[in-house]
Amino acid sequence: MKTALSTLELRRAHTLDDALAIMRAEHRVPIAGATDLYVGLNFGTVRARRFLDLWPLDELRTISAVDDRLVLGALVTYTAMIASPIVRERLPMLIEAARQVGGVQIQNRGTVGGNVANGSPAGDSLPVLAAADAVVVLRSVDSERRVPLTAFYTGYRASVMRADELIVAIELPRVVGAQWFRKVGTRAAQAISKVVVAAVRNESSARIAVGSIAPTVVRLTATERALASGAPIDDAMAALRAEVRPIDDLRSTAEYRKRVTENLVRRFWSETA
Amino acid sequence: MRFTLNGAPVEVDVHPMKRLLDLLREECALTGTKEGCGEGECGACTVLIDGAAVCSCLVPAAQAEGAAVLTIEGLGDAHPLQRCFMDEVGAQCGICTPGMIMAACVLAPDASLDEIRLGLAGNLCRCTGYSAIYRAVQSARRQ
Ligand SMILES: Cc1cc2nc3c(=O)[nH]c(=O)nc-3n(C[C@H](O)[C@H](O)[C@H](O)COP(=O)(O)OP(=O)(O)OC[C@H]3O[C@@H](n4cnc5c(N)ncnc54)[C@H](O)[C@@H]3O)c2cc1C
Ligand code: FES
Ligand code: FES
Repeated sequence: MKTALSTLELRRAHTLDDALAIMRAEHRVPIAGATDLYVGLNFGTVRARRFLDLWPLDELRTISAVDDRLVLGALVTYTAMIASPIVRERLPMLIEAARQVGGVQIQNRGTVGGNVANGSPAGDSLPVLAAADAVVVLRSVDSERRVPLTAFYTGYRASVMRADELIVAIELPRVVGAQWFRKVGTRAAQAISKVVVAAVRNESSARIAVGSIAPTVVRLTATERALASGAPIDDAMAALRAEVRPIDDLRSTAEYRKRVTENLVRRFWSETA
Repeated sequence: MRFTLNGAPVEVDVHPMKRLLDLLREECALTGTKEGCGEGECGACTVLIDGAAVCSCLVPAAQAEGAAVLTIEGLGDAHPLQRCFMDEVGAQCGICTPGMIMAACVLAPDASLDEIRLGLAGNLCRCTGYSAIYRAVQSARRQ
């Protein structure tokens, strides 16, 4: 590991109340499954030195259906989502996404809270959560607020989360209609997405979210409006081409991402017809 | 810090952010667990924590507290997977082998070839081309 251990300091929280009190007093960097954080520590690219281990907080591991909402605790792992009958029934597209994250080793440790907090544009759960109108539940020692996922990010890996807050849960309203998920990467397992699309179709209306094409996950609101107005798919795709402004990076070019996004959305629309 | 290592209780005095991989190799002198990449990509460092496969290069030592850790050494010397990897030449340089075997350990007894591929998708091998590995895992299933 490139980071000198002697410079690092860890506290462990055993209850959520403890964790929130420590976050208020010391603004530590939380650790969940460590699958993002330890990659950075191994390479010496993490600047933080003081950490708070959330892993013992079993109270953040529950998956429940409350009224019409599905609630995922922040520490729910990909493996736990895949195994959950409630997630299978309510949000099958999340299971599709979870199955395509890393390999089993990553699925056993990586958490939904970590994926959201890490905020990588390529985070595979994020388009699913955005298309499902998910709400991020943020708690501090003396407050709780609910922020729609689509308002959570303020830029590349930047969010409205304050230094004394933790993500405690992700809430999902009941999704009505057909769910669709597709990830395009270099190979089936362990690949970072080049383009990832999650979408919901309820008769003629659609909610479409795309990852890996912009600094944050985006909803294609102009395309959604065009489809809802009953415009032919080719007109909706003109709206898509106007609103999608992908990034060039070492994994793909902007032009490639735009074409793939269009192809995926066309496929979504015909497969859910 | 206390945990169970290959069935036996152990107590170690270790920095809580040391990687489980280094704790096993340095403090516990169990060098069967290998480091390939140090970034979760290759699976050479795979061990089981409470029965689930993890990359030990991404686990802070503190997260093993109170848990049961199983490494390749914990399988003994005559586990069917170990024998089949030898018989089918599922190992060449051998760096990936302990991780492959630990990941294969938790596959369902009736796993199909596709399920084996999926279960081992987080384990990379630069030598064998995988066919011999899948053959070894399949023949261990039959035993
Ligand atoms: C080999 C490999 C393959 C991967 N493949 C994929 C993939 O296919 N798709 C994908 O999306 N991701 C992938 N990842 C990235 C990673 O596994 C996921 O983003 C995972 O969900 C992160 O969760 P974690 O619990 O491990 O987060 P951690 O590493 O513990 O934390 C990540 C960040 O979130 C913060 N954080 C964690 N929990 C909270 C909380 N409750 N409240 C506030 N802040 C919090 C931490 O401070 C840190 O900044 C991969 C990683 C590796 C190593
Ligand atoms: S060394 Fe841990 S995954 Fe490669
Ligand atoms: S045998 Fe050499 S990496 Fe697999």
